Amino acid sequence: MSGVEQPGRPAFQPPRYASPPPPRGPEQRAVVIIGAGLVGLTLALDLARRGVASVVLDDDDTVSVGSRAICFAKRSLEIFCRLGLGEAMLAKGVTWQHGRVFFQDREAYRFDLLPEAGHECPAFINLQQYYAEAWLVEACAATGLVELRWKHRLAEMSPRPDGATLTVETPAGGYVLEADWLLACDGARSRVREALALPFTGRAFRDRFLIADVVMQAEFPTERWFWFDPPFHPGQSVLLHKQPDDLWRIDFQLGWEADPEAERDPDRVTARVRSMLGPGVPFRLEWVSVYSFRCRRLERFVHGRTVFLGDSAHQVSPFGARGGNGGIQDADNLGWKLAAVLRGEAGEALIASYDAERVPAAAENILHSTRSTDFISPKTPAAQAYRDAVLDLAEHHAFARPLVNSGRLSRPAVLAGSPLNTPDGFDHGAGPGTPAPDAPVAQEGVPGWLLRHLGAGFCLLVFAAPRPLDLPPRVTPLFITPEPMRGALHDHSGLAAARFGAPAVLLRPDQHVVARFLTLDAAGIAAAHDRAMGRG
Amino acid sequence: MPRLNTTPRLADPDGLLEALLAAHQGLDEAASRRLDARLVLILANHIGDAEVLRAAIALAAKPGPESGL
Repeated sequence: MSGVEQPGRPAFQPPRYASPPPPRGPEQRAVVIIGAGLVGLTLALDLARRGVASVVLDDDDTVSVGSRAICFAKRSLEIFCRLGLGEAMLAKGVTWQHGRVFFQDREAYRFDLLPEAGHECPAFINLQQYYAEAWLVEACAATGLVELRWKHRLAEMSPRPDGATLTVETPAGGYVLEADWLLACDGARSRVREALALPFTGRAFRDRFLIADVVMQAEFPTERWFWFDPPFHPGQSVLLHKQPDDLWRIDFQLGWEADPEAERDPDRVTARVRSMLGPGVPFRLEWVSVYSFRCRRLERFVHGRTVFLGDSAHQVSPFGARGGNGGIQDADNLGWKLAAVLRGEAGEALIASYDAERVPAAAENILHSTRSTDFISPKTPAAQAYRDAVLDLAEHHAFARPLVNSGRLSRPAVLAGSPLNTPDGFDHGAGPGTPAPDAPVAQEGVPGWLLRHLGAGFCLLVFAAPRPLDLPPRVTPLFITPEPMRGALHDHSGLAAARFGAPAVLLRPDQHVVARFLTLDAAGIAAAHDRAMGRG
Repeated sequence: MPRLNTTPRLADPDGLLEALLAAHQGLDEAASRRLDARLVLILANHIGDAEVLRAAIALAAKPGPESGL
């Protein structure tokens, strides 16, 4: 595709992964993941970091086409730091935390998504999904525990009480694979969901959007810019994001009447981009797609030994970056639980807690993304009037700015109602269910970040000098002190103590707070740990 | 907890309606609708109390005796 002359070819060359031959006979595996996309690969890597081997089937042999899920939120970055990919993502990604909203020819509102300092990860980076997937593939392969089977397509699946029987097709013939656990990460058109005939219900939106990846050298700052009814695209909205490699992502709202085929025509897209950028700005189109969207989900995500993650379980509109980030949190939530069950340390009640935690999280994402869509794409004269009224007022009146909804950008789910939590009586700081807040700390004088010190298992933060403790097996203490002290992290800013708000805090392997304690009472800590393992 | 106040409170009811109609003078239907929406948002922020606002929305949606107010 080409717009105006702009030399060069895409900075990213999609890899082609070799498709392994089918096994000679039937196979039995503990963990089979369907779908080597963002979510399936994150889950495979998380499991491998916990020593759990998996087989990953994918019907394609490459990574995502086009930039797709570009906005990686702070929580996703913290998860990728835990998995060992944080540095690469932070180095390559375009860091941002500010957004601006324009109405017609004026700026109506600007926002800051991380107004507070003292966190390693920024509010967001923009990074093309294909980079994240390509690095996940490399990292998975390097563990030696993830068997990636490209061009192995799931044809049939039938559930069993103790797993599932899968029929797999490959270019070199089919085979049968028995899985003890089947993890469906196969996207919005999930074959697994279809095979189980599970209803996937919600709302479809009568609107279409054009998405274009445009290569150009432009002066826009690294902020999220959103236009309502701009002069260059009247009556509709436009969203602009900067990505690495001088690649810019532009979303044009088209309306329901637009013809998707005609809108994909490069000449037409070029004209739209040209009218936005003005004459004389060279650019090249790299990828174009037209989409409409839905907000919908499964009623439950755990179906016996089959578990749904990511878009196969729940689908949202793109405003708010809640699709990819929500799916990554699904993988983060399930990985440690499945590993504990496979090691015999927990029962299937722990897997049931994935439903109890991630169904409300998905419902929250759908609620936000539905409200954003209703604001961006008003469907009635009343909706249009309220939307425009908000934008009329926002420029000069602060009270109206919180009503502007160009997307409520992904925030991590607080698993407040989780059965794994032990309620506490503290009135401030990160309560049970909250992902652990980061804070700057120093170890032996070397500056670093708290989340980097949490390890892979349960961790008890103790805001006191190191001492012997009677802790359950697999719970590691981490001492944090306001002054430098041997064997403790130095909380030199006091932010760690302030952000947790309790003398001792039990964190799960996915870094969520499950309990806080006033005293280091061994029985209380053991009971909270049991409960967090689904044995409560 | 403050409840929605539905007792007559306006010192000059005719004057209020006159001021509202004057603001709408010369506006087409869409512009009028947008003015009303701005007014609702301004007043809603002034009231600020979510419970009162919900009661007001319910009353506006069903102004008859079934509103329970």
